[in-house]
Amino acid sequence: MSGTFVGMPAFPEAAHDALADPTLRGNLRHATRTIRAKRARAVAELPDWARLRAAGRRIKDHTLRHLDRYLEQLEEAVTAAGGTVHWAADADEANRIVTGLVRATGESEVVKVKSMATQEIGLNEALEAAGIRAYETDLAELIVQLGGDRPSHILVPAIHRNRGEIREIFAREMGDWGRPAPAGLTDTPADLAEAARLHLREKFLRAKVGISGANFMVAETGTLVVVESEGNGRMCLTLPETLISVVGIEKIVPTWRDLEVFLQTLPRSSTAERMNPYTSTWTGTTDEDGPAAFHLVLLDNGRTDTLADEIGRQALRCIRCSACLNVCPVYERAGGHAYGSVYPGPIGAILSPQLRGTGSEIDASLPYASSLCGACYEVCPVAIDIPEVLVHLRERVVQGGPAVREGNRVVLKPAKRHAAERAAMRAARWALTHPAALRGGQRLASRTRRLHPRTLPGPGRAWSATRDLPPVPAEPFRDWWQRTNGGRDDGK
Amino acid sequence: MSSRDRVLGRVRRALADVTPDERPYAEAVPRDYLREHGDRTVEQTVDLLAANLADYRALVHRCASAELPGLLARLLAQRGSAEVLVPAGLPAQWLAAADPVRVHDRAADTAHRLDRVGSVVTGCAVAIAETGTIVLDGSPDQGRRRISLVPDHHVCVVRVPEQVVSSVPGALERLDPARPLTWISGPSATSDIELDRVEGVHGPRTLEVVLVTGEPAGGR
Ligand code: SF4
Repeated sequence: MSGTFVGMPAFPEAAHDALADPTLRGNLRHATRTIRAKRARAVAELPDWARLRAAGRRIKDHTLRHLDRYLEQLEEAVTAAGGTVHWAADADEANRIVTGLVRATGESEVVKVKSMATQEIGLNEALEAAGIRAYETDLAELIVQLGGDRPSHILVPAIHRNRGEIREIFAREMGDWGRPAPAGLTDTPADLAEAARLHLREKFLRAKVGISGANFMVAETGTLVVVESEGNGRMCLTLPETLISVVGIEKIVPTWRDLEVFLQTLPRSSTAERMNPYTSTWTGTTDEDGPAAFHLVLLDNGRTDTLADEIGRQALRCIRCSACLNVCPVYERAGGHAYGSVYPGPIGAILSPQLRGTGSEIDASLPYASSLCGACYEVCPVAIDIPEVLVHLRERVVQGGPAVREGNRVVLKPAKRHAAERAAMRAARWALTHPAALRGGQRLASRTRRLHPRTLPGPGRAWSATRDLPPVPAEPFRDWWQRTNGGRDDGK
Repeated sequence: MSSRDRVLGRVRRALADVTPDERPYAEAVPRDYLREHGDRTVEQTVDLLAANLADYRALVHRCASAELPGLLARLLAQRGSAEVLVPAGLPAQWLAAADPVRVHDRAADTAHRLDRVGSVVTGCAVAIAETGTIVLDGSPDQGRRRISLVPDHHVCVVRVPEQVVSSVPGALERLDPARPLTWISGPSATSDIELDRVEGVHGPRTLEVVLVTGEPAGGR
């Protein structure tokens, strides 16, 4: 499993494969609809939801606006509390730092709590190359790791697997990784969870090094926060002698008090619970309680490039609740793998092409992996205007223009004419043959009107010269498509 | 150039177009959200705590302080654990009637040793009614983080109403960020397999919360 998914086909092809898989589609539909309904109830319990959402947005915006100052404050606070702070400009550097820290302990295995940042940088592969075995301990991540595939959802990474498949994977693979699955393992969830408990407990109790991410870092106190359900997080954070946390630089909040906003909005938006079963906070090290050594690796890896983009930087407000995945009609059908990134769904469609640039075919196609229906924006607890960023990134793919890559200002060339056209048209054709994916798409019209070129600039011009771009919002795209028989009758 | 300087330099260049917000942070963010949700008496807040704990499948018991030793003895007997982990600062009186062998958590004990203990009894720092959450902060009556994690059965004693707050904002105000905190809402759970909820993967699979009124026998 690589953070960059080299060789992934562009979104439309990958989505096409997903659509042909009835198990995947059934699981996804069930999952997204169930979580969606529960979430709506959990949110409705808080009459001040809109105000919490506004506060969350403002906290994050303010933090991003002064990110340098808060990073320095955080570093100072973590250091004062007995931790060590490392800075990593990119994935390679982060992997080098972590590998070095593990080596210095003399250990050759580590336990990990689910961390998207470490998936993003491909840490497990880097450790493996250095002869260090990394055990994923979240139940879903364990299923994914033993099954040799990739996570497909932020919250329920193994949602593409059903119980029969999981039983089969456990029975076949557990023995290779440690304690084998019990004989006569059934496919009831309780039995499967018990097998995971026994298999992993053996690892937790002997582990000397734990690796985590974090949901939040508090600048004023140097406190890190991990929010979870199973207790594998607590195991990784407290039993080992050394704890290494790899965290994106955007995960800062300025003050302890700010957690009162996010510890209300994150669980309800994410698992639709009033509060997740476990939340751990720690500040540096504590004598005789938990790890004796704590290392924090602050990860850039494209985040400062994203920060440089006036419209796109709002993606850095994301608290990874996954609510936008569960409301997205495109995600519901295509599944997480089609996005070719550890960040799937609507947030992935705007985050990945910014973190990685739009150079590859998959990244150039991601801004088109959406019907722009706006449901993701409505549901987002930090009010990220995902459709606005999608349209902005489409422009960038088609038009090129100034951007920042690895800290340097560059002028992007427009995507090769055929590539841009292909990405756009295939995604459009795909979405349009699945009409439900377009339902409610009118939001696009009013909100993003100013961002719609009448004709495509650059190499797209030749294309748009012979085909009228659908006017918005005078006539919604969907209606235009129907009226013109998919554009074929246009102009007649 | 160090990576620190490189990253901070990139941040500063990325923000070149942004006018800094010179207001003090306290004024920069609207805090017009509610401090608590609903208008409740103290008793109603405690009832809400009990209801929300139960909703997340913790087993809730209520008693007066004089009844606490008897109740704890009964809960431990029902569980059938041969040993019970006892934080160093747990009031001795609480377990005066209990049968299991008391085990203290010593730093030198391995996690494997703790894994053989069936039950643990702790106090708590604060409990949050609206979310059904208990928070441990490592005080002497709660012990190290690992003791409420490794045994499969956790009994947590909450003094009501003193230790109960309504909401998450109320809890954060009372807690000290310098201490390691564990927030617990119901037993360990997973919904990773077809979204079926299963109690307990890694943490304790049974959480019992005792809401005790009045000063506990023997004091603190
Ligand atoms: S973009 Fe918003 S809704 Fe989507 S995962 Fe991030 S915070 Fe949640």
